[in-house]
Amino acid sequence: MLKLEEGQQVSKVTDMTRKLALAALCALAAFAASPSQAQQATEIRLTYSNGQFQPNQVSAPADKPVTFRVKNLDAKAMEFESTSLRVEKVVAANSEGVINVRALKSGRYEFYDDFNDKARGALTVQ
Amino acid sequence: MLAALIIVFREVFEAGLIIGIVLAVTGSVPHRNRWIGGGVLAGVLAACVVAAFAGALSQLFAGMGQELFNSAILAIAVMMLTWHNVWMAHHGREMAGEMRAVGLAVADGTKSLLALAVVVGVAVLREGSEVALFLYGVVASNGGSAANLAIGGFIGLALGAAVCLLTYFGLMRIPQRALFATTTALITLLAAGMAAQAVAFLERANWLNSLDTVIWDSGWLLSETSIPGRALHTLIGYTDQPTEMQLLVYVCVLVVTFLLMRLTGSQRTDRAVAVG
Repeated sequence: MLKLEEGQQVSKVTDMTRKLALAALCALAAFAASPSQAQQATEIRLTYSNGQFQPNQVSAPADKPVTFRVKNLDAKAMEFESTSLRVEKVVAANSEGVINVRALKSGRYEFYDDFNDKARGALTVQ
Repeated sequence: MLAALIIVFREVFEAGLIIGIVLAVTGSVPHRNRWIGGGVLAGVLAACVVAAFAGALSQLFAGMGQELFNSAILAIAVMMLTWHNVWMAHHGREMAGEMRAVGLAVADGTKSLLALAVVVGVAVLREGSEVALFLYGVVASNGGSAANLAIGGFIGLALGAAVCLLTYFGLMRIPQRALFATTTALITLLAAGMAAQAVAFLERANWLNSLDTVIWDSGWLLSETSIPGRALHTLIGYTDQPTEMQLLVYVCVLVVTFLLMRLTGSQRTDRAVAVG
């Protein structure tokens, strides 16, 4: 008798669990499905070779998202990183990395290669 | 050498904290070292594979492969951690009620260990792939300084292991009765923080644009890139510029975990905690 009650309770609990999980999934799906047409981003192309960014000074308009396309021409991986831009992305040897940055206020934002502190550059937003 | 040490240590630090917590959580479970060791080993192997295919991974999903991969494995870790907490609440009650054969309980214990081994593997994988890429680059360039850099890297690795041991022994100083409540809270916060990080990766990939306004900027108070900031980032998911969606998901994970634990571990909670 006791066993039976236990079983019933467990099935009730798993049922609740499932319902909760389902509700959470639905909520997430609703958010994910909402129109995700971002504003047109400013695209900035950089190349990375011999441990240097080229160009290392770039600019973009304020209040618009920015997309960096970093082409790593070196034979080793680099990590495009910026504290102020809040990005961190490994770009493998001889490949291109795409980094999205949300709309920015005007100012100067430094970026660097986390694997090589001699490689530095800055984005000026105005 | 110092640069290499810092780079490697920064990456290993987070994994060290997580492994330390998991070791404390599984304190007296038999065979736990085998499971956690297996998780670390699998994580290291997976990290090497990910590092080897980093270029290909980046090219997926219009250049957003890394971000989506990261958010996916973080989501797995969140599920494993939550499941572990809920299972512990449930299992503690059963033990208190003496309703279950011991053999079954042990089998279930293995399941919970598997979940935690996955968490450990994921932590090592995430941090390890960057270390592998960096050290590979050092070896590949094979200048005169390569050996020096490699030594720096290994010292960084050893320091990361020290963080793991410090976390473990620090937690083990907590009296047994309070340990269960402490580790449950730690695991819950860890899961919520990881969920918020997963959201950040989806936002970077432009897959999630709803509620992406930054709520506050506490970078002046505690920068996320400082060592205390990093520790809090790992432990409770601290971020100096959270978006609304990050905070929402963070709170959701806390609430859902709490509710699930209440549902599965109701009634004899008091005794269950004492036993667990």
